[in-house]
Amino acid sequence: MTAANPPAGVPDPDFHERLTALAEKRMAAGEVYGEAAADPVNLPMIRHWAAAMGDANPLHTDAEAAAAGVHGEIVAPPAMIQVWTMPGLAGPAGRPESAGSPIDDVLAALDAAGYTGVVATNCEQTYDRYLRLGERPVPATRLTGLSGPKRTALGEGYFVTWNVTWYSEGERVAEMLFRVLKFHPGERKTTPDTRQPYPLGPAVNDDTAFFWEGVARGELRIQRCADCGELRHPPGPVCPSCRSAGRTYVVASGEGEVYSYVVHHNPPIPGWETPFAVAVVQLPEGVRIVGAVVDCAPAEVGIGMPLRVTYRQKDDNLILPLWVPRET
Amino acid sequence: MVSFSGSTAVAGIGATEFSKQSGRSELRLAAEAVFAALDDAGLGPSDVDGLVTYTQDANDEIAVAREVGIGDLTFFSRVHYGGGAACGTVMHAAMAVATGVAETVVCYRAFNERSGRRYGRPDPGLGGAPSSLGLEMSWHVPHGLMTPAAWVAMFARRYMHVHGATSEDFGRVAVAMRRHAATNPAAWFHDRPITLAEHQASRWIVEPLHLLDCCQESDGAVALVVTSAERARDLRRTPALITAAAQGSGAGQMMMTSYYRDDMTGLPEMGVVGRRLWEQAGFGPEDVQTAVLYDHFTPFVLVQLEELGFCGRGEARHLVADGGIEIDGRLPVNPHGGQLGEAYIHGMNGIAEAVRQVRGTAANQVADVRNVLVTAGTGVPTSGLVLSAG
Ligand SMILES: [Zn+2]
Repeated sequence: MTAANPPAGVPDPDFHERLTALAEKRMAAGEVYGEAAADPVNLPMIRHWAAAMGDANPLHTDAEAAAAGVHGEIVAPPAMIQVWTMPGLAGPAGRPESAGSPIDDVLAALDAAGYTGVVATNCEQTYDRYLRLGERPVPATRLTGLSGPKRTALGEGYFVTWNVTWYSEGERVAEMLFRVLKFHPGERKTTPDTRQPYPLGPAVNDDTAFFWEGVARGELRIQRCADCGELRHPPGPVCPSCRSAGRTYVVASGEGEVYSYVVHHNPPIPGWETPFAVAVVQLPEGVRIVGAVVDCAPAEVGIGMPLRVTYRQKDDNLILPLWVPRET
Repeated sequence: MVSFSGSTAVAGIGATEFSKQSGRSELRLAAEAVFAALDDAGLGPSDVDGLVTYTQDANDEIAVAREVGIGDLTFFSRVHYGGGAACGTVMHAAMAVATGVAETVVCYRAFNERSGRRYGRPDPGLGGAPSSLGLEMSWHVPHGLMTPAAWVAMFARRYMHVHGATSEDFGRVAVAMRRHAATNPAAWFHDRPITLAEHQASRWIVEPLHLLDCCQESDGAVALVVTSAERARDLRRTPALITAAAQGSGAGQMMMTSYYRDDMTGLPEMGVVGRRLWEQAGFGPEDVQTAVLYDHFTPFVLVQLEELGFCGRGEARHLVADGGIEIDGRLPVNPHGGQLGEAYIHGMNGIAEAVRQVRGTAANQVADVRNVLVTAGTGVPTSGLVLSAG
């Protein structure tokens, strides 16, 4: 929905929902087997790879040394696991394990919506055992995550995560988690490490800094008088009950409910897509706080609706405490 | 207690035309309105020794004095808090006159609010500075809650929830105001009444407020001449005596966003104003024949009727549904059409209407007017007046 800032420059307002539905379908489908390695594990490919990577371990290339070693024969370097099942040039370039996999159409949908940029952000491999010459591992891919749209230094994009498991001779031999960011290259900034500054940042001073420092740490802090213990939001420099300037805070539970709310339609608000909902949230701690309600259709917001706080990065310097529906 | 009740009066009123594009500077609008008010009173610039306006007005007192040809000033003051200042300008002027600080004070408000800076538009600078106001705004603006309609809508939603009011109840206020404006030649919406169905069909601004719950935006200026009641009686016009004048702010007060009080269904600051007015006047709501209630957004007209004692809490919708705020109703409200119908001059045009009602010269004249209540901006620290026939 709105406050999560649907993709800029994407004309289709339903894109996010369609993409999410597609991803959910693919995730539900679970593991999908791909083609077995085109060539069996073989010495020439190991030799080339080891030379290119500077891997001089004789266990991978020297039959005699290998015979005397722990394996008793030549084994492939575990990190080569992707190499065996990488499709040739005819396959989908840059998407090694995706041929016929459940991630293809998710990535294609992102391409079609303008998220044509791609950068790998995570690759974590774990190995169960070494592959021996002659084995033909089979990859199986499952889509495990889709998140976004998120504003990143490269532009707005979605993170797509999948897992590949390789099997050989009926057992698992290796596993890999792979994550890419698919982004809108048009949004790339001249200085790639800074986001567009959020236009509606708060003023912060000595009386309110503790709140925003808390938000940056994922804490919703409520000012508490160090002398009489009274909780107060919005905070201020002097306790109106006992005149104490001694201030501390409590960390709120992060739960609340809608006390009142609005749905903003007009005029346009910088940094927000209309319509969006904003609520006065009653906290169980006894104070109220104002925040936008996100991850739910504005029409679903109502007085009494249970909420949970969430933290959303608005630019390099600002995280805002927003609210999402809470299951009860 | 020293009281200035009845010792001062509004002796002259003046205004420019109300438009969407005045085509001239705000200072020129101010000067034109001041000239018109002085002409109405039968006074000249040299009679003026005091000027009062809003802190939001862009025309300094000295600039207006230069343009109009006013010489020495012994009193000049500004009233804060947006449209909440309206009746406060008259209160400051009356206090100055009653205490002898000045003899004749002109209150003015002039702006190109439609063709220039529009208050209904979001201003990203609102939460930018670490002033007390900037910090207050910083709890709301970052969440996109930053227009007057949105701030009022938050109160309106809670009011609906607690009292069972509906969008149609708000709509009936708009319909009544536009009906009044339709027969006021000075109103922007002269001859253009609306129906409740049109109100309901108008687009959302900020739910639960439709477009037709929000007052228009206007270019224009209004000025008022305040002097002693004694002097006013010798001037051209029937004086509108200042029977009561008050400012008010409530506990936990904020600018448009007092969401942290125990209750969000009232306007405690208007309650403060109302109590002071009735106390000074020596009578109550039953003794006013018409009221000019600040109507930038319809829901707060209902809340004001309750805060000022015209009906009980949560009952204003019944008063409105029965036609109670129309010209022939129990309490005709805004016979000129209010800011929804006549013009949005930050409440100053409402004071001029109250003076006309007292004089008996209004376009939609209410019968036998002895006392008129006027209020200023709602949701902010505010002010009010009771004006009476001499
Ligand atoms: Zn205390």
